[in-house]
This record gives sequence, structure tokens and C-alpha cells, in this order.
Amino acid sequence: MHFPIRGGVFGRAVGYVYAVDGVDFAVQAGETMGLVGESGCGKTTVGRCILRLTEPTDGDVIFEGKNIMDLKPNEMTKTRAKMQIVFQDPYASLNPRWTIKDIVGESLLLNKIASGETLRRKVLDLLTLVGLSEDHMNRFPHEFSGGQRQRIGVARALASTPDFVVLDEPTSSLDVSVQAQTLNLLKTLQANLKLTYLFISHNLSVIKHVSDRIAVMYLGKIAEVGPRDELFKKQLHPYTQALFMAIPIPDPTYHRRRVVLKGDVPSPANPPTGCRFHPRCPIAIEKCSKEEPELIEYGSSGHMAACHLAGQQI
Amino acid sequence: MPEIILSIRNLKTYFYTYAGVVRALEGIDLDVYKGETIGLVGETGCGKSVTSLSIMRLVPDPPGRIVGGEIIFKGEDLLQKSEEEMRAIRGSQITMVFQDPMTFINPVLTVGEQVSEVITLHQDLAREAVQTKIDEIQEKIARIDPSSPDRQVLMERIKELEAIKEHPPKPSKGEVKKAALHRTIDVLKLVQLPNPEDVVRQYPHELSGGMRQRVIIAMALSCSPDLLIADEPTTSLDVTIQAQILALLSELKKKIGSSVLIITHDMGIVAETCDRVGVMYAGNIVEISETKALFKKPLHPYTQGLLRAIPKLHEDVKDLEIIPGSVPNLIHPPSGCRFHPRCPFRMEICDKEFPPMVETTPGHSVACYLYPEKKH
Repeated sequence: MHFPIRGGVFGRAVGYVYAVDGVDFAVQAGETMGLVGESGCGKTTVGRCILRLTEPTDGDVIFEGKNIMDLKPNEMTKTRAKMQIVFQDPYASLNPRWTIKDIVGESLLLNKIASGETLRRKVLDLLTLVGLSEDHMNRFPHEFSGGQRQRIGVARALASTPDFVVLDEPTSSLDVSVQAQTLNLLKTLQANLKLTYLFISHNLSVIKHVSDRIAVMYLGKIAEVGPRDELFKKQLHPYTQALFMAIPIPDPTYHRRRVVLKGDVPSPANPPTGCRFHPRCPIAIEKCSKEEPELIEYGSSGHMAACHLAGQQI
Repeated sequence: MPEIILSIRNLKTYFYTYAGVVRALEGIDLDVYKGETIGLVGETGCGKSVTSLSIMRLVPDPPGRIVGGEIIFKGEDLLQKSEEEMRAIRGSQITMVFQDPMTFINPVLTVGEQVSEVITLHQDLAREAVQTKIDEIQEKIARIDPSSPDRQVLMERIKELEAIKEHPPKPSKGEVKKAALHRTIDVLKLVQLPNPEDVVRQYPHELSGGMRQRVIIAMALSCSPDLLIADEPTTSLDVTIQAQILALLSELKKKIGSSVLIITHDMGIVAETCDRVGVMYAGNIVEISETKALFKKPLHPYTQGLLRAIPKLHEDVKDLEIIPGSVPNLIHPPSGCRFHPRCPFRMEICDKEFPPMVETTPGHSVACYLYPEKKH
């Protein structure tokens, strides 16, 4: 996904922001794929591209055997019933002038699944599913707390009985005690409804708690991807290693080696040549600034990394 | 026993809104020792930030007002000070680093102008001005031909300046400005900003989030304060940048010897940076202890719940334990202990009266009826 930077009188594209640049990964049915990275690395753009909420510049998204990039708008609407998204900000993603019943019931109406009394009953079922009750139905979003709003967002996403749900930082605006409630709810729903999740977050501890497999992104590229336990045992990419070391651990008796990365994340409008991480990488060699490393599998469990020096400790 | 630098006693801060009186702080007691890092941790709306604003006397009035208590800083009650006296203390003896650097920095002034403003306001720069002149002449000497007669003249000038350095005359405005800028570059070097000579001429929007936060820290530490209040200093930053800033803060703290009050919602940051920690809930401090003791044996049911609700990176947890319900509304807070509606160990007495702070072991206090006061 390349976003044009417009400038000049005629708004010509003077450059491109390479928000997501050649990302490949697969999500298996029934699993939770965790997508982790720092702000501006393109996590959210990946999530939005999958649902074609932003049209990718190039590439394919294959969903249940069909390439959704080839679908016509009306076919896309139908497919979107099967793939849903829960947005990050529960304050901005709910229409303040709609009641909860309108919000949750919208996709049921649009997809002609229910109307009238059946709609009411279905909405009630959905609200019960996420732990809300009947008297919440005719209220407006501003009457709810952040955690409750996020539950409404989840209920809305589940209304059209999707198979696949993109969760875009569903808990990052919530307090820890409420975050725990939401994470547990998402886990229960997944087990009961056989859902597949793409869980996007910047919080590695949360990603670890929910994911089966984890992909680490840096500046529009996937740096490393692998099964959760494998990835936590050994990080192949230097960026992943540094990311793991940077997370503060809530245990004052826990000691570990820590390498603090120097510098800032570069701008995706003008990414570094070669490996995009090389200006901040403590073990970079000359090759890193010239050749872009490819995502290669190490071992047989699907643990992949894009690094010339994969496996070396920083 | 180390010296107490700041002592808060029974502090009450209320906000008078149309919806009713928000009791944001309901009688806080807190001591900050010299040279320590103390953390205040809690969820949104528990009063962490109001505590820091109250110490700085920056609670927006109206609607907010400090309605009772004392804040003793170096033996004097800050609540009795006039606005003018407070202004002399803020920025020099007590300074603050805010959560979002962009709202704190003035977008239309260069970094150099802003940092040197703090320095000119709070420091006597007369000696610095003389030193700046000496440095300038020395640079000139290095540039000119060693055999030139000018060199002798300049050397003489340095000697003159060295002589008046101990009792410098009042510098002119231009001299102060130059000296302050000189000092600014030194301070920016201290916070490890790359190319400080260029950064002083840049505007805040040209800097990244991490660099802006470094500028704010530079401003806060430029006058070697006795107390630095850091209100969620890294919440708006990425984890790798957060690690940089936290490392910098603890390094500078050692160098300058300030006490630091860190306000955060992240238990990880508390565990890694703080010597002691206070846990806040709905306008009260419910538990206060040394960091290690708190994580080893949390006493208050809220602290216990909070620690169990965090997903852990370093150990495997199957299901997160949750604290049922959500944070109460502070206009109509629950009676008695404010945590009682969510507490799994609720007893009959809990909704009657607020439990007193009880010291269970030396340095570890908790406000909960589960821990009865020792009879003397």
C-alpha cells in the first residue's frame, strides 16, 4: 500500500509513503495471528487493506479461496459480512446519534438477515453474548464506558456471523482491569464461535497472551513471523530481540540483558536502502545497507525472518 | 532515615462542575524522600495527575480547587505561597515532564528560545556570560596565526576576564542571551540529543516524539530541580523509544541527585524504575510500599487484582483474572472504602467508613480492613 504525498498547485503526487511494502503472510482458520509493531509500521494499514477499507496499490488478498481484489463492489459487500473489523477507538467508531440497537443491527438489516421482531431478538442475543443486557439496547454510545463501548464494537462485528475478524488494537484505549475483561471475552467468543482473528497491537504482552502465531512488522515490512512459543524462545531478527528487551516487565526481581536501540524510526516516505532496520541495528554489516533481506524460513515450524544475520544475538 | 523533601498531608482537591462536585482527591498522604524515585500508579481517573497538578498548584481554577490539606516542600507549605512565589519555585525547584510533549512545547518558538527562557528566568548567568566570552576568545586564538601580535592582546583580555569571573558585573541583555544559549546547548548534550547546535534553531514540529520528550526533560532538568514530576513521560512514545527515555531519566537523576515522582499506569515501568510505589484508586492512595515488597506481596485487594490482570511477557498465564465492574464515578463515589463494590473480600464494615492507613511491616502501609490495626 503506497499513499501518495500530494503537493503543488495541481495536487500531483510528489512522492509516496510506503506504508506497507510487500507484506506476505497467511492466517489459518481458527487461529489468532498477532501483528505487532511500533506506531507507523503499517499494522493498521495491513488490517484495513485486508478488508479493502483502503484499496491496496498492488497485491492479492485471498479469503476462503477467492481473491477479494477481483470482486465487484456488491460482491465485496457480501464477502465483508464474513470478514469484520473491530476498531481501535471505541469513542470514534460508534455513531453518537444511533442507539445501540441501530449500531449492532445495521449489518443484519443490510445483509437482509433479520428485521422487525427477529432483529430485536438477534441484537439482544448478540448483546448477551458480549455481556450487555436488554436495557442497554435503546441507549446511546455516550452513556457507556470505554470497555462497554468496545463490547458494542465486538457485538457489531459479530452480527453478520463472520469467520474472520480483524481486531485493530481493541484494548489499547482501555485500563488494565477492563483490558483483562475484554481479552477474556474475545478468547471465549473465539472458542465458542470458531472465529479466526488477526489481532493488531503494539503491546507485545497482550499479543503474547492472545496469539497462536505472531508477525513482527517494522516500517512496512514483516521482520519476523513464527509460532508464538518458538518466537518467545528465540528471536531471530535483531529488531524483534530489541523489542522484547524494551518491554518493561512488571516484576522488580526479574533481571535481563538489555540493549537499548539508538535513534528513531525512519520515515516511511523515504525508507533506508537495503534492510530498513540497518541504521538502528547494533550488528549491521555492510551488506545490510545494500541488499534487502528476504523473508526466509529457519527450521521447519514456519519460523521466518528477514535478516542477513538471522539468529545472531545483538 | 533519609531526608523528606516533599510531604503531602490530607490533600483534598475537588472539581466543581454542573453535574456535581467531583471528589478527585480525598485526603492523600505521601512522603517523597531526597534522591528517591517514587511511582504513583493507578487507572484512568484515579487522581494521579490531579496529585501532580496540585503539587505544582496548577489545578485549573475554576472548576478545580484544592480544598484542604498541606503540601510541605522543604519545610514550607506550598498551599500558603503566593502565585509569584510559586512561579519562582516552578521550573527551578520543582519541575514537570508531561505526557504529550507537543501540548507543552510552544510550537512557534524554536527549541533554543524555549529552553534558554527557562534558564534566563531562574539562573544568574553573570558568571556564565564571562565564561562564554572567554570561550569565544579562545576559539579566536585557535584560529589566528600563533606568531601574530593580536594573539598577545587576546591573551591579555582572557586574563582580565578571568580576574572578574569571581565577582562578575551585571551582564547586558545580549550577553545573557548568548550565555543562556551556550548553557542550552550543554543541557541538550546532556539529554543526548544529536547535533544540539542545529536543534536549538529548529521548531518543535521538526523533531520526532522521542526528541521532543528529550527537549522537555532538558528544560525540566536545566535548573537542577529538587523534585522532578514526570506525568506519564513515555505514554505517547513507542516501546523502543520509551526504553531510551527511561534509561536517560534514571541516568540523569543519578547525576543531578533530584527526587523523581513518576506517574504512570504501567506496572512494568514502576517495577523497573521506582524505589517506592503508591497505588491509587478513585482519589485515595490505598497502598504504599517499597517496589520489591509490593510486587512480592501486594496487600490491598485492588493491587492484587491489578497485578493479576496484566498479561505477562515473562511467564505463561492461561486466563487473566479480572476485577469485575469498572472504576466508580467520583461525583457519587461509593461510601466507605471506595473499592468495596468491586472487592471480592468485602465485609460488613467496608461500606461504612474509609479504612485508615495501617503500617503492616516497616515501610509497607495499606488502607484496608483486612489488615487490622495493631493494638499497642
